[in-house]
Amino acid sequence: MDNQLPEYDLWLYIAGQTPKSLLAIANLRRICDQYLGGRYRVQVIDLHHEPERAISDNILAIPTLVRKLPPPMRKIVGDLSNTERVLVGLDLTPRRHTGS
Amino acid sequence: MEQKIAVSLPKAPTGIRGLDEITGGGLPRGRPTLICGGPGCGKTLLAFEALARGAALYGEPGLFISFEESPADLRLNMASIAIDVADLEQRGLLLIEWIDLEQGEVAEVGEYDLEGLFIRLGLLIDRIGAKRIALDTIETLFSAFGNQTILRGELQRLFRWLRQRGLTAIITAERAGPGLSRFGIEEFVADCVILLDYRITEHVLTRSARIVKYRGSAHGVNEYPFTIGPHGIVMMPITSLNLSYPASTERLSSGFPDLDRLFEGGGYYRGSRILVSGPTGSGKTSLGALFVTAACARGEPAVFFAFEESAEQVARNMRSIGIDLQPWRERGLLHIISSRPALAGMETHLVTMLDTVERSGARVVVIDPITGFHTIGRPVDITAMLFRLFDGLSALGATTLATSLTNAGADPTQSEVNISSLVDTWIVLRHHEGNGERNRSLLVLKSRGMRHSNQVRELVMNERGLALVEIFATGENILVGAARIAAQVREQQEYELLQREAQQRQRRYAWQRRQLALQIEALQSELAALEEEMQTDAVLTEARARAQAQSRLAAARYRSASQEDSDG
Repeated sequence: MDNQLPEYDLWLYIAGQTPKSLLAIANLRRICDQYLGGRYRVQVIDLHHEPERAISDNILAIPTLVRKLPPPMRKIVGDLSNTERVLVGLDLTPRRHTGS
Repeated sequence: MEQKIAVSLPKAPTGIRGLDEITGGGLPRGRPTLICGGPGCGKTLLAFEALARGAALYGEPGLFISFEESPADLRLNMASIAIDVADLEQRGLLLIEWIDLEQGEVAEVGEYDLEGLFIRLGLLIDRIGAKRIALDTIETLFSAFGNQTILRGELQRLFRWLRQRGLTAIITAERAGPGLSRFGIEEFVADCVILLDYRITEHVLTRSARIVKYRGSAHGVNEYPFTIGPHGIVMMPITSLNLSYPASTERLSSGFPDLDRLFEGGGYYRGSRILVSGPTGSGKTSLGALFVTAACARGEPAVFFAFEESAEQVARNMRSIGIDLQPWRERGLLHIISSRPALAGMETHLVTMLDTVERSGARVVVIDPITGFHTIGRPVDITAMLFRLFDGLSALGATTLATSLTNAGADPTQSEVNISSLVDTWIVLRHHEGNGERNRSLLVLKSRGMRHSNQVRELVMNERGLALVEIFATGENILVGAARIAAQVREQQEYELLQREAQQRQRRYAWQRRQLALQIEALQSELAALEEEMQTDAVLTEARARAQAQSRLAAARYRSASQEDSDG
């Protein structure tokens, strides 16, 4: 990763290697590669390893994707299986894709 | 309506007054309980109190999960119910956690579950070793997340999970429409469902609780009134379910020696109910005040419920007839609780009164007057409430004296037939008007289980106190007050008059006798004089006769001598 902060900082919360979690990770990687090029960073947080973060980061649903950057913060819950709706949820329009 | 509560399931007492009795020992231990009700019905308070009291009284750590109010708001709201929340938190017995649902800011894409919630709950439960948990109100999850199918599945899993962990869980749910909860949470909670409600009649709020379901346990089935006061939630206390109480033969002085004499000299039975009915100003309150002072003098706590006057008014008015309540109030033996009937619903009054009596440990209770409730309810409701009130008080071991205001004109023995069966002793006070004044009379109409006087007595009250005076009967009429006094004076005068007349007659007889004796004396001396005269006269007559005879003899002798001379 670059020393510089990425344009998109995305945190994905999962709880163990469940099919839903694995699906969400795969979907997120695909969307990011496709639409964000090198402008993003994804952190996967497994609450089974860091349970306290469920409280500190106010996580209820699994999987949850949080857009930390750019502000404002956005949250998407689910396995991210609908690319179109993930893009809307992250406030990413296809226009950005064509621009890059 | 005696009910027996069988204890079959392990139960977790809530420490909420009354609730544990109605549920036969508390909520199902290690199982979820659903509390439903509309906004403002007291769900949150009940859940919180069950946790806080469970922690404070039974040492069971509790975790309160709030989906709505922030912990700061909660602490503020709970400060009013005499629970030291901060202390419990410091001792690790209570943990309040707010879960912010960030409503409307979360997009949903595809399948998800609530594992994050489970992880959080698990952490918090382990942090304090929670035995109890409250989720208030978990239904708000339905508005935070859109996929109802997922939510239902997850909630079902949550309840299973709570049960597996052996947690006594309290879940609150908003009531809307005909069902128990808006999202049908009751489907998941099969063990115990409590419905809270309130209604407003005549601008007065009455709260009630009902146990809709309690699997595997008998429970009270009625609507139980409850109040939210300075001590938190209070439902119908313990005794509301068990109406058997011993019948004592111990006598309690009425505080009025003259009245005790009408009850075989002993007074009322302990634990009995006494009704004093009469028109306004007939001395009802005074009999009540005497009764509580007698209790306090024996060292027994007493409560005087004043529904017409303030505590200070009662104390002042009683002082004017020589009854001083103040020392007993200062020693904490006597509580005068003043309240307006219209300030609360009947049920609320009922709960508050029984709670007050139970808390104070009062052995003697005066309710002055019970008729005050007629302003806030239908007669049939009032009778029902009085039944429960009297039963509750008897079960608490209290001896109750209730006063009842009757209309001046009405016959009290007719107008209170519906309450008379409730009471063991019934004292009727009446006014007697006439001769430009009004006086009081007292009659013991009935007193179960003892011989009592059937005599009407006049009740005399002044600054020295009360007294019962034998009634003055003249033929058909009974005389009281000035008429009695007048009649008494009249009789006295008549008596004195007769006395005087008799003395006069005696004097006259004596004088006549003396006169006669004098006459007799005079006649006797007359008689003696007469006899003397008679004797004297007889002697003289004889002497004279003798002298005449001698002279006649001498003359004869002379004549015969001269004849002889001439012939010769």
